[in-house]
Amino acid sequence: MTAATTPAAPAAPVPPVRDARDGGRARTRAGWARGVRLALLLAFLVVFLIPIYVLLVTSFKPLTEADPSRAWALPEVWTFEPWRVAWEKLAPGIVNSVLLAVPGALISAVLGSMNGYVLARWRFPGADVLFTLLLFGMFIPYQGVMIPLVQLLVKLNEITEAVTGAQGVFYGAIPGLLLAHVVYGIPICTLIFRNYYVTIPEELIEAARVDGAGMLRTYRSVVLPVSGPAFAVVVIWQFTSMWNDFLFAVFLTGPQSWPTTVMLNNIAGAQTVPYSQQMAAALLASIPTMVVYVLLGRFFMRGLMAGALKG
Amino acid sequence: MTRVRRWLPGLLLVMPSLVAIGVFVYGMLGWNFRLAMTDRHDEVSEGFFVGLDNFFSLWSQKPWVISVHHAIVFTAVFVLGALALGWLLAFLMEKGIRGEGTFRAVYLFPMAVSFVATGVVWRWLMNSARDERAVGLNRLFDGLGLDALQWGWFRDQDWGMAAMAIPAIWQISGYVMALFLAGFRGVPEELREAARVDGCAEWQVYRHVVLPLLRPVTLSALIILGHISLKVFDLIVAVSGKQIVTYVPAISMWVAVFDSHDPAKGAAIASYIVLAVSVFVVPYLVWSLRREKRS
Repeated sequence: MTAATTPAAPAAPVPPVRDARDGGRARTRAGWARGVRLALLLAFLVVFLIPIYVLLVTSFKPLTEADPSRAWALPEVWTFEPWRVAWEKLAPGIVNSVLLAVPGALISAVLGSMNGYVLARWRFPGADVLFTLLLFGMFIPYQGVMIPLVQLLVKLNEITEAVTGAQGVFYGAIPGLLLAHVVYGIPICTLIFRNYYVTIPEELIEAARVDGAGMLRTYRSVVLPVSGPAFAVVVIWQFTSMWNDFLFAVFLTGPQSWPTTVMLNNIAGAQTVPYSQQMAAALLASIPTMVVYVLLGRFFMRGLMAGALKG
Repeated sequence: MTRVRRWLPGLLLVMPSLVAIGVFVYGMLGWNFRLAMTDRHDEVSEGFFVGLDNFFSLWSQKPWVISVHHAIVFTAVFVLGALALGWLLAFLMEKGIRGEGTFRAVYLFPMAVSFVATGVVWRWLMNSARDERAVGLNRLFDGLGLDALQWGWFRDQDWGMAAMAIPAIWQISGYVMALFLAGFRGVPEELREAARVDGCAEWQVYRHVVLPLLRPVTLSALIILGHISLKVFDLIVAVSGKQIVTYVPAISMWVAVFDSHDPAKGAAIASYIVLAVSVFVVPYLVWSLRREKRS
């Protein structure tokens, strides 16, 4: 390395050749270190998987095996009964969650894409300051807006009822929850798209501009066609956070519109529900996001990293 | 004029989002703060301005003081625990190891699952029953002959919140690992090699070259963990519900709104949570903006 940076230097001194025994010992030590690292990583792997083992094993146990002494044992008789009961109890919540998370993720992605495009490539004076103000919205604890948000949604209910006669459209219903998730998702979605779009070469955009293409035209013909990966990241991110959210749901929805998490919490909080059903319900509630994670983990990771504000 | 025509369409396109954030974030934070300064202690009264009374009177209420104490213990254990475990996992992996993809996938998957779902199993694992009636980890300790390790977990009067941090560490440390792993891999190999050529032992390379370069990542991780910790809610509801042993500010706010029907008190608690989080986040945002401008 030093030789490469100082080409003028005369022939570099030949590095002393390590004697063979010495090299062998160094190799053994490196091998040992690798072995120890692998062993530690495996130990942590086992610890990380304990909760999953418990969830799976317990969810297949019949009620007759509920005795504490068999808590960690495999079921003697495997049964799907807890899963069947959990599905019956959880199904309405899962339907609500799908109605929330699928359209919510798509709307979020469209908004984020437009905002990110402008903030990265069609900038206006003061864009940096506004962007920072936007980002603060990503970190606020939602408790700080919850009471006014409830009041606003109640007001929207009254207005829609006066205009259309429909009752309870926003507060206590899916559209209200969807509105909240989309609005509070704007900062992170904008951030992900902005960081993606700054990697599009400026010349491409300029070329389109010179050809006389306006903002929307440039977006449609230059930016949108290469946006696939960013859309995947945002859709997955928003789907996961909407599916897993509990705070907004518990404040903004009612029995008819409870999503999966609230229903799961009600099932698990009831003293009378056996562990096997609780754990089957917890697994059932996690299947969609787990499937997304297993199939599209790469994109999920990128969303996570954007949360760390790393471009 | 032509310059205005050049950027105006962009501004118009983002306007709806900016207005929405203006109203839903800044407007509502302000609205909440104003409500916190009234005496609207039920849902029908009008509410008169009382200044910061609600903010002061909270401190004479025992549950609030307990919840703040709990939040501090939880934050300390959770932030340090997740930071240490995440760092260790990244350190063990950074030089590359067979099956790295599998390890990473397993350490990270809890991030994809909701706290409510994992809370179900952690409540079982951290069940406080002992000996014959024990399930969960107490039963496991019993079976392994480690009876002395059995304890009340999150029901413990003094250290319950430390137990409550365990599921949170389990859930988040994979993420911290990913952050640190990216940090470790971002250290140019030439720098390490140069230090080795200069005669540094491997631990000195870490001490003097790698660790100093990890500082920005550590700061990011610290901020993210800190702000998650201060607003922790789902996990605690899922593991223990509204019990006073695990009260934190977010739970007190929920109780103030839904059980005591006291909007002004709820708003005051919410304002405190916002304040605590802002102390972390605002300097961080300013710092990262400056750093981005420099690069």
